[in-house]
Amino acid sequence: MTAAGVIAAVLLLAVAAYTCAGGTDYGAGFWDLTAGGAERGKRPRWLIDHAMAPVWEVNNVWLIFVLVIMWTGFPEFFQTVFSSMWLPLALAAIGIVLRGAGFALRKPTRRIAGRRVYGAVFAVSSLLTPFFLGAAAGGIASGRVGPGTEPTAHAWFNPTSVFFGLLAVVGTALLGAVFLAADATRYEAPDLHAYFRRRALVALAVFAVLGAVTLIVAHGDAPHLWHGLTHGAGLVLLIVSVLATLVTAWLLLRPSGAWSRPAAVVLMGSAVLAWGVAQRPYLIPGRLTVAEAPGAPSTLHWLIVVTVVAAVLVFPAVALLYRLDTRGELEPLTDADLRGGGPEREG
Amino acid sequence: MHTTLHLLAEAAPPQMLPARSLMAFTLASHIILVPLGVALPLITLIMHGYGLRRGDATALLLARRWSAVMAVQFAIGVVTGTVLSFEFGLLWPGLMGRWGDVFGIGFGVEAWAFFLEAVLIAIYLYGWRRLPARTHFLLGLPLPVTALLGAFGILAANSWMNTPRGFSLDSEGNPVDVNVWKAIFTPMFGPQYWHFVVAMLVTAGYVVAGVYAVGWLRGRRDRYHRLGFTVPFTVAAVFTPIQFMLGDSIARAVFQKQPVKFAAMEIVWNTDTHVPEYLFGRLHPDGTVTGGIKIPQLDSILAGFSPATEVHGLSSVAAADRPTVAQATLIHWTFDIMVGIGSVLLLLAVWYAFVWWRRRRLPASPWFYRSAACAGVASVVAVECGWITTEVGRQPWIVYENMRVAEAVTGARAGSLWTMFGLVVVVYVFIFGSFLAVLLKMRTRWRLDDERSPEAGAMVTPETDTPYGPRSAVAAGDSPAPGDGGGAAPTRDGRP
Repeated sequence: MTAAGVIAAVLLLAVAAYTCAGGTDYGAGFWDLTAGGAERGKRPRWLIDHAMAPVWEVNNVWLIFVLVIMWTGFPEFFQTVFSSMWLPLALAAIGIVLRGAGFALRKPTRRIAGRRVYGAVFAVSSLLTPFFLGAAAGGIASGRVGPGTEPTAHAWFNPTSVFFGLLAVVGTALLGAVFLAADATRYEAPDLHAYFRRRALVALAVFAVLGAVTLIVAHGDAPHLWHGLTHGAGLVLLIVSVLATLVTAWLLLRPSGAWSRPAAVVLMGSAVLAWGVAQRPYLIPGRLTVAEAPGAPSTLHWLIVVTVVAAVLVFPAVALLYRLDTRGELEPLTDADLRGGGPEREG
Repeated sequence: MHTTLHLLAEAAPPQMLPARSLMAFTLASHIILVPLGVALPLITLIMHGYGLRRGDATALLLARRWSAVMAVQFAIGVVTGTVLSFEFGLLWPGLMGRWGDVFGIGFGVEAWAFFLEAVLIAIYLYGWRRLPARTHFLLGLPLPVTALLGAFGILAANSWMNTPRGFSLDSEGNPVDVNVWKAIFTPMFGPQYWHFVVAMLVTAGYVVAGVYAVGWLRGRRDRYHRLGFTVPFTVAAVFTPIQFMLGDSIARAVFQKQPVKFAAMEIVWNTDTHVPEYLFGRLHPDGTVTGGIKIPQLDSILAGFSPATEVHGLSSVAAADRPTVAQATLIHWTFDIMVGIGSVLLLLAVWYAFVWWRRRRLPASPWFYRSAACAGVASVVAVECGWITTEVGRQPWIVYENMRVAEAVTGARAGSLWTMFGLVVVVYVFIFGSFLAVLLKMRTRWRLDDERSPEAGAMVTPETDTPYGPRSAVAAGDSPAPGDGGGAAPTRDGRP
């Protein structure tokens, strides 16, 4: 494989990682939004706050990784995407700020009115951001833009884009519900476990239907994507994704719900990988190939080095974080921890 | 899509102003959070280590509270930083499209350093309660290193824009033969990096110490305030003289490597020897300077240690290749303000060191604490000024002498950009306002807790403590274990 091919694979893996890690976070926001009023939504929101807190910033960093690999590895691709899909990406950026700030500021706020405002900001932007990111991805997948395309609604408002956007929203909701159901077990809240398991099943059903519709839409609207998804490696990954959907459904139907998390991650991960593999050898079907767009060879080699170093350093750290988190070693400081014992006076 | 040089000949494209304003606004906002992001972990860890070593409950309380501030600050910093990486594409696609592979690798380093930092900070922030005290502290120790690495990546990219190296141009003006090593370690990299890192340490130190200086002035003179003041202030005071030297050396590096920027910083119009130094003042299109204080010969002396040093003037390059008169005046002012603040901070540090040296105690004068209270704000202002100096001083180049800002700007309509600018301003005002409100709220809450606990123990109403419903499952046994020797894990029975 060429250096550009390796970087393209790394880029795709980073996108898949962001979809799974960041997607889970967005999904938590989705369920925060739909949890109902302050009283009814109390417990789900409590779980969302506690389960997400230690990991959400880390999940967000994947996105920065994706962007850096894009502009360092494939500058022309980066330029094309950001020039042509100006509006959805601008809206996604604003959504990311509002979402992060809403979540971060809700925690230390104690007035119920303030928490409502931050909560609403957090939840609504959790819905819009994945939609716009998904729509941009759909624009790429359908090959509507190429080098030199000016900002245009046509690039991101078309059948493939809209369905990609919807898939992103439902996919994040699915991941969010699956992870929150498992977290509910960890926090020993069986009622919430059942609550999120039900929602995960609904999201899974909607995701499966939407996925099928998207595929049909792609047949006419994004022929290259359709071809890639129905042949070779793309088809294999698509089948994996379908199988993972069935397995996830079966796992969610069992009372314990165990192993549903890895199954859901495989489902989303393989769906993203199937999309990427189906585009081969293009970064943008029909417009820009991996071979046409790479940056300078020495930069690509260094980018591979940087990626390897990152993998060596980051993976153990992330593994440690997730391990500590799932073992319940990570807990926010409470007000009591921050309460002084009455400072001694000096005069 | 490549060059818009023909456009340039007439006028800047209409999207330039909104794109620039948006970038300037988001960067100026983000940069306020950066000192805390880079240096607060170090200051907190110093306090934490001190507390662990001495078994000092007050120091540990301070460290815990600072880490609560860090949590909010880091979260906001992550999102405003993410916006910046989007803006590279949304506002300057031309820059990234042509040069992304030349200078982007620095961001690659930054991305994984930041990744590590996010992981470690999560473990540090959420590890207080249940991790063993020693493990928790040790896991926090690499934090300052990751912060330095992150700064390395960002500063590598920025210094490359100032003194681009590590490539050659083909016949169409596109970069080829990229040498990543040279592109990272450009001539301005060293001076910029160290000047930046130390600025962050100094600023964070003064900002944190300033909070406790205000408490001292209001009569809260307990050990908690003394410790909260001394540790960050000492860090800042130690680095202030170092920063003064670094500042001097970066100015000389600019003189050598970016003479036009230096000319703008010092409003020098004609290339000459025996050039006077102006403190403030205003440059006019005919090259004259009005206002300000003129010190004969000083600029040449500062630049090259001798009045005979030749300093390049702005008029030595074509008008289209140098900052405008207004830009030059602006960065001359920001440069002078930065140097002025640095000098005053140096005096403050000397005062502190002198009293400590003679009497082994903190200065007693209220004026010292008044100055210390202002030092935090002043150093943030200095950081902003320094950033304006380096960025505006590069104009009209986005890549010095290789690409103009106008060639890099997005093709999006000016109207869309203005709309986004307005939206971002509203969002940022909301976020930074809330950030400040949350910090002040936390401070008030802690102060009330401190004042109340000697008598009655803390009173917590359900409304204030658990607005979103039962924290009981987590927080059932939430009382702090008094006299917990290690102090880092106040309670082991937090959760059933």
